[in-house]
Amino acid sequence: MKEKINVPLLHQQYRNQLRKEKRWVLFFQILIFLAFFLFWQVASHFKWIDPLIFSSPITIWNLFLDKVSDGSLFPHIWTTVFETFLGFIIGTLGGTIFAAILWWSNTLSKIFGPYLVILNAMPKVALGPILIVALGPNMTSIVAMGVLVTIIITTIVIYSSFREVDPNYVKVLQSFGATKFQCFKEAILPSSFPTIISTLKVNVGLSWVGVIVGEYLVSKQGLGYLIIYGFQVFNFTLVLLSLLVIAVFATIMYKLVEVIEQKLLKNG
Amino acid sequence: MNFLTIQDVSHVYFSKQTSTTALHDISLTVNEGEFISIIGPSGCGKTTLLSIIAGLIKPTVGTVILDNEPIHMKNKKTGYMLQQDYLFPWKTIEENIFLGLKLTNQLTNKTKIKTLSLLKKIGLSNVKDQYPSQLSGGMRQRVALVRTLATDPKLLLLDEPFSALDYQTKLTLEELVYLTLKQFHKTAVLVTHDIGEAIAMSDRIYLLSKGPGKVAQVFTVPKELRQLSPLEIRNSEQYNELFTIIWKELESLEGKN
Repeated sequence: MKEKINVPLLHQQYRNQLRKEKRWVLFFQILIFLAFFLFWQVASHFKWIDPLIFSSPITIWNLFLDKVSDGSLFPHIWTTVFETFLGFIIGTLGGTIFAAILWWSNTLSKIFGPYLVILNAMPKVALGPILIVALGPNMTSIVAMGVLVTIIITTIVIYSSFREVDPNYVKVLQSFGATKFQCFKEAILPSSFPTIISTLKVNVGLSWVGVIVGEYLVSKQGLGYLIIYGFQVFNFTLVLLSLLVIAVFATIMYKLVEVIEQKLLKNG
Repeated sequence: MNFLTIQDVSHVYFSKQTSTTALHDISLTVNEGEFISIIGPSGCGKTTLLSIIAGLIKPTVGTVILDNEPIHMKNKKTGYMLQQDYLFPWKTIEENIFLGLKLTNQLTNKTKIKTLSLLKKIGLSNVKDQYPSQLSGGMRQRVALVRTLATDPKLLLLDEPFSALDYQTKLTLEELVYLTLKQFHKTAVLVTHDIGEAIAMSDRIYLLSKGPGKVAQVFTVPKELRQLSPLEIRNSEQYNELFTIIWKELESLEGKN
């Protein structure tokens, strides 16, 4: 007797299994989240860790509510988010444009090759003091820091992805008499979209680094400023609150990039 | 009057250490509506020659005259088909076949309708909104043929367009491409390393030798065969005779190197 395969039933079982796995994953994610904050709270409460340095979730939450109700937190958030966003956009766009220029002219890319390597190897945040002196102790230097941290690596990564595009796509276009600009627009740029998107994801993190360091050095407002201020007056509840807020907004930005990714790559 | 004249073409590739003569003193002519094949051992400069005819590479010396005009980068009289389809994966089939028209500013309602009807004729009417990844290899190469024909080139350059396909698809496509080209009265130059394919499709076969590539011999496919379609040719007796002759020539060429 041959056994009959019940496809709908098997499919149902398969889907149930998937759903079950998904539920377990979510369960553990929530468990880790709760356990972390619970342990933190308990450890702080029983003085296993120094509450003066590590604060506690409830203290931080209360400070958050205070700062929200008196409205003093929002200006800091918007300042930093705005700076980061600007640094991110300028860095990514500028890097892509530089990469396009290098692709366009082989000679230029040969000339600038070693300089890119040097600039990439150098820790950009070390330029902070010079930026502040040159651009003034204001938002411009902070945004410039965000740009500087992202632009070099963007240029390098995107340029190498431009070069890796299968030359036969360009050959197809050239066989129709396409200009260099048309080759760029029709083949080089769209084939590099996946790389550009992954650069965006990296740049979200990097521009936060640039901006926060910039704010450490010079600022009267922003989450980086709050951290430094909290550190100086030994208010680590404020430091940790700022850190958590940064984590939330960095995640939101990352998720936004993911949405853009899905839009751009839906045909890939 | 010859439609395509290649006169004393030589081409040298330079690198830092060496210079390689890829082609040496190639001369050949093709009449309008003719189908010729270029075969030879790998590395004999077949693709280089095709790129020169397409105006993609400027030969070191020599001239190429197509339809009474010297070829140049911006000529729109040739269509080029590569070993693989190279359809753009992020474009739909429709966008892919309109590509040449778009690049040459010929995209009008009239050319659109004509191209879509060509797609239909080739047996792919309901795929225009799909993406290349949804199609099989044979279908994709057919789409590539439509893309090449869309700009109405006078000369078709085929660079081993069937080499990446399985045998059965290859035979079907040979037949299809051959009949399509004959119907539109196109002139074509096919580069291949498949002797059978060369005999089945062409009027004349140029055998190149390598190092540097030059014309070693020219075979004319007998008239009786020319009246048959590629599939019928492969089944005829004369096909086998010619195959053996060319095979031996090719063997002796490869033996020399």
